[in-house]
Amino acid sequence: MRFLFKTDYEDDIKLFPHSGYLVSYGILLALLLIAPYFLSSYLMSQLVFVCIYATVGVALLILTGFTGQASLGHAAFLAIGAYTAAYLQKYNVPFPVYFLAAGGLTGIIGAMVGFPALRLTGIYLVIATISFALIVEEILARWESVTNGNEGMRVKTLSLLGVTVPRDSPTFYYLCLAVLVLTIVGTLNLLRSPTGRAFVAIRDSETAARSMGVNVALYKVKSFAISAAITGFAGVLFAHKLSFISPEMFTLQLSIEFIIVILIGGTFSLHGAVLGAIFIVMIDPFLTYLKDDMPGMIAGIAATFGAGPAAAGSIKSNVAAFASLNGLKGAIYGIIIVLFVLFEPLGLYGRWLKIKLFFQLFPLYKRATFKRQKIYVKSERNR
Amino acid sequence: MSYFRAENLSLHFGGLKAVDAVSFAVEKGEILSIIGPNGAGKSSIFNLISRIYRPTSGRIFFEDQDITEEPPYDIARLGIARTFQNIELFENATVLSNLLVGRHRHSTTQLWQELLFLPSVRSNEKLHRRRVEQVIEFLDLEPYRDKLISGLPYGVRKVIELARALCSEPKLILLDEPSSGLNVEETDDMSFWIRDMKSELGITVLMVEHDMSLVNRVSDRVIALNYGRVLAMGSPAEVQQHPDVVAAYLGA
Repeated sequence: MRFLFKTDYEDDIKLFPHSGYLVSYGILLALLLIAPYFLSSYLMSQLVFVCIYATVGVALLILTGFTGQASLGHAAFLAIGAYTAAYLQKYNVPFPVYFLAAGGLTGIIGAMVGFPALRLTGIYLVIATISFALIVEEILARWESVTNGNEGMRVKTLSLLGVTVPRDSPTFYYLCLAVLVLTIVGTLNLLRSPTGRAFVAIRDSETAARSMGVNVALYKVKSFAISAAITGFAGVLFAHKLSFISPEMFTLQLSIEFIIVILIGGTFSLHGAVLGAIFIVMIDPFLTYLKDDMPGMIAGIAATFGAGPAAAGSIKSNVAAFASLNGLKGAIYGIIIVLFVLFEPLGLYGRWLKIKLFFQLFPLYKRATFKRQKIYVKSERNR
Repeated sequence: MSYFRAENLSLHFGGLKAVDAVSFAVEKGEILSIIGPNGAGKSSIFNLISRIYRPTSGRIFFEDQDITEEPPYDIARLGIARTFQNIELFENATVLSNLLVGRHRHSTTQLWQELLFLPSVRSNEKLHRRRVEQVIEFLDLEPYRDKLISGLPYGVRKVIELARALCSEPKLILLDEPSSGLNVEETDDMSFWIRDMKSELGITVLMVEHDMSLVNRVSDRVIALNYGRVLAMGSPAEVQQHPDVVAAYLGA
């Protein structure tokens, strides 16, 4: 196990506490940079989605994880970013301009959502953000002169500085990766400066934050705006990746997927957003695989245990019918969330830290290390 | 003119007069204790000063400035810091970042500068860190710098709350029952720190306290409250012998 001896205040500020981090993140970045040369085009496309989901995950972490303001409206922010890009593209606005415009507009709308949210906490805020998402969805479907209504909008191929960047090209992947890395670095910078600490202070005790001189209302709005703006940027990339957008892509289910990203990844660290994004992007093909192969497998197992061909056939068709039930995916997502909240509240990144600690302390690891401790009574009066 | 002044301060919840026309003044550099039985309105006065509650009537002056209408976050900016009776720390953050939040009123950097972590932000951060380290040294918190609050014992949390208030370099500090839940030894430490705050850091202290031995040891003046009204004001010995105070504590 490595012991860090801090000799300078710089040591508390550094992004990488020691050289080991630099090496491992360097290797990770190198692998990500050469990925297009050895991964199949299908996996590359999944990797692009991981980047986009992780960017939204980081945005949601700023708002929910660090400022403590729950949001089920991030699909709407993503939609606003995507539609802004698609709309401005019609007027031949160059990519850098509409990219920034989409982020800016989404940020402003995020701040506008933040204002009414100032008076709401917990479950009421969740309901408010859900209604915001539903309103946006409805506007997208009805405002046909701009959004083309339910017919959706076609998004032209991205052209950056006169070079066309197809959505399957390595360049597009590098662009998404760059946006993700810049988002993460910017967020880390924010978290180690006064604004980030004010966010965390608001999350843990608004009363104390206020009495330490934090303008709670201002910082909540800032948090909403930053989170929305990042989601808007991701929305532009999302639109280009799909090359076609319509209102039914930005439903409540997408917002829930974003919540899953941070819940499963872990809400206390930016690693969680990336791990959660990998999980959510990879679970989809996995579920499709199960849906296609489960009926056959179960019928095969039944046959080996002595079921006749007729019985096996009926089992197969029953399982297939069950697997293609409508809304099964949502149910599975729901079960996953419940299981994680119950058994792994720190998420995948928390699990990774536990595994790491186990090996660092081997053979002295204590099972009770991560037991939730008794929390002292906090004053509820001043809320 | 006094350094800090409350004039006819009242806080009514419907018919209940939690604080009823209380007037008092704090001189610069003194330690003033507020005592009184439970429910006398001591903490309510603190919550009025830090603007968690809005006074029903009355005015509050600090350095000859009327602060009755200031928003709560500006109270800290003016140099009034406070601690809470039931610790209000940022549970899921490290001790260091808790203390750095105390520096919030001194932060001057803009959001965009922080996103890029420009050299100005970096040098500011180092300055904050240095100031925080001075407080850590003052209160002997060295062993806990990188610990999460949620894993620390009650006594240490109490000290960290004091440290967080000190990090804002206040001119006036409001201590809400600094010794509640502390053992004898920790209370002794606390009394030394309160006196050092006055003599070394030049901070004016307004404190609510039940532990009379601590009150006797540190305070210059004492105010006794009951049912939201001032019963007596004066030196610790005078107030304790005042017939109204004896009646309030022991019954007439």
